[in-house]
Amino acid sequence: MHDLVNAAWWPPVWALIKIIIVLIPLLLGVAYLTLAERKVIGYIQIRLGPNRVGFRGMLQPIADALKLLFKEVLIPSTANRFLFLAAPVLAFVPAMLVWAAVPFGPGVAISNMNAGLLYVLAIAGLGVYGIIIAGWASNSKYAFLGAMRAAAQLVAYEIAMGFALVGVLMLAQTLNLSKIVEAQAGGGFWSWYWLPLFPFFLVYFISGVAETNRAPFDVAEGESEIVAGFHVEYSGMGFALFFLAEYANMIFISILTTVLFLGGWYPPFNVAPFTWVPGLIWLLLKTAFLLYVFLWIRATFPRYRYDQIMRLGWKVFIPITIAWIVVVGIALETPLRAILR
Amino acid sequence: MLGHYLPVLIFLLIALVVGIVPLILGSKLGPNRPDSEKLSPYECGFEAFEDARVKFDVRYYLVAILFILFDLEIAFLFPWAVVFDSVGMTGFLAMMVFLAILVVGFIYEWKKGALEWE
Repeated sequence: MHDLVNAAWWPPVWALIKIIIVLIPLLLGVAYLTLAERKVIGYIQIRLGPNRVGFRGMLQPIADALKLLFKEVLIPSTANRFLFLAAPVLAFVPAMLVWAAVPFGPGVAISNMNAGLLYVLAIAGLGVYGIIIAGWASNSKYAFLGAMRAAAQLVAYEIAMGFALVGVLMLAQTLNLSKIVEAQAGGGFWSWYWLPLFPFFLVYFISGVAETNRAPFDVAEGESEIVAGFHVEYSGMGFALFFLAEYANMIFISILTTVLFLGGWYPPFNVAPFTWVPGLIWLLLKTAFLLYVFLWIRATFPRYRYDQIMRLGWKVFIPITIAWIVVVGIALETPLRAILR
Repeated sequence: MLGHYLPVLIFLLIALVVGIVPLILGSKLGPNRPDSEKLSPYECGFEAFEDARVKFDVRYYLVAILFILFDLEIAFLFPWAVVFDSVGMTGFLAMMVFLAILVVGFIYEWKKGALEWE
């Protein structure tokens, strides 16, 4: 066993195994999130949602994937061919790569790196390139407008997100995502960061909804005005990759909110029946709840106007987060520190 | 240290494969019957009026510049927040001065209407 672990070929192989263990459930999760979305919104609107393929529609995502696979891949005659094909890959790869740092248990991650939060912020920021290149390369007005809107919106909310993360760092004193969760151990749900950092928790999650271009912030692909926005010219698998990226990002935002603010794998109460449940189950339950909130928001709120979105990002979230950084800083320099740490 | 990033490199390669293979598969398995109408850019049933690479609003540039400013600010805040305990009161006050200067700039942008979007 010792020789095996020290062999030169072992670290890459072990990494490969971990990647596959994360990647396959992630892609399945994305597939079934699309079904969950259609079902949840269906029931909220008092209709059934997909229920024909398989038992109660359980095979619908598989059918959708097969259909998209057998669709014609069109490249508009005026488009820049190389960038047009590169854009969906550029949107998809960062959406997968961010998962390298996500902790699933104490120290359990594809890479339990020390700069985890910085890595996540950096890689997630790359996703905007896929969108803007798609919009430009399509050489279609709707795609171009959608891409410009999406880019301006993404950068505005990325700032609010970054400020919200500063608050987490001030309390946790580490960039390692696993250690951030461990810093929230203790009492139960009141020792998680959502309580002392409540404004950051709200700002982070709402910015997450905006970052993934989900309703009510989906002007970048607003069906009723610019058709589908940046991916209007994409068909078949090119479209599917954008779709996968968007839903993988939704799951990622949910799991990261859980890790940063909702105590990751810790149970909400430190008493017997709750502590029996494995940590991974708690992590996934909290993530699933936040995903449900994503769908719930989409089914409940009408779409924001674009100027309202920009106002919310620049004039509401950024001042709130700057002010709360100062509040948390002052609290940490006074005897209140004992409660926060 | 660098060992932590080897899985990221491998993941990058796998993600590229997972991204590119469906595109190739899709173009092989799907039908391929293009015609000039099908390949023209979508414009609500009209023939495209003009090239889509039009001039766009200068406000997008403004947003991009503001983004760079604020993102740099975050880049300064991150290391400060991580070592918050060790830098003590001096570090805290220094960062408050830095933030105050930035807030003055932010108020100036606000009053100048750089954040307006009508």
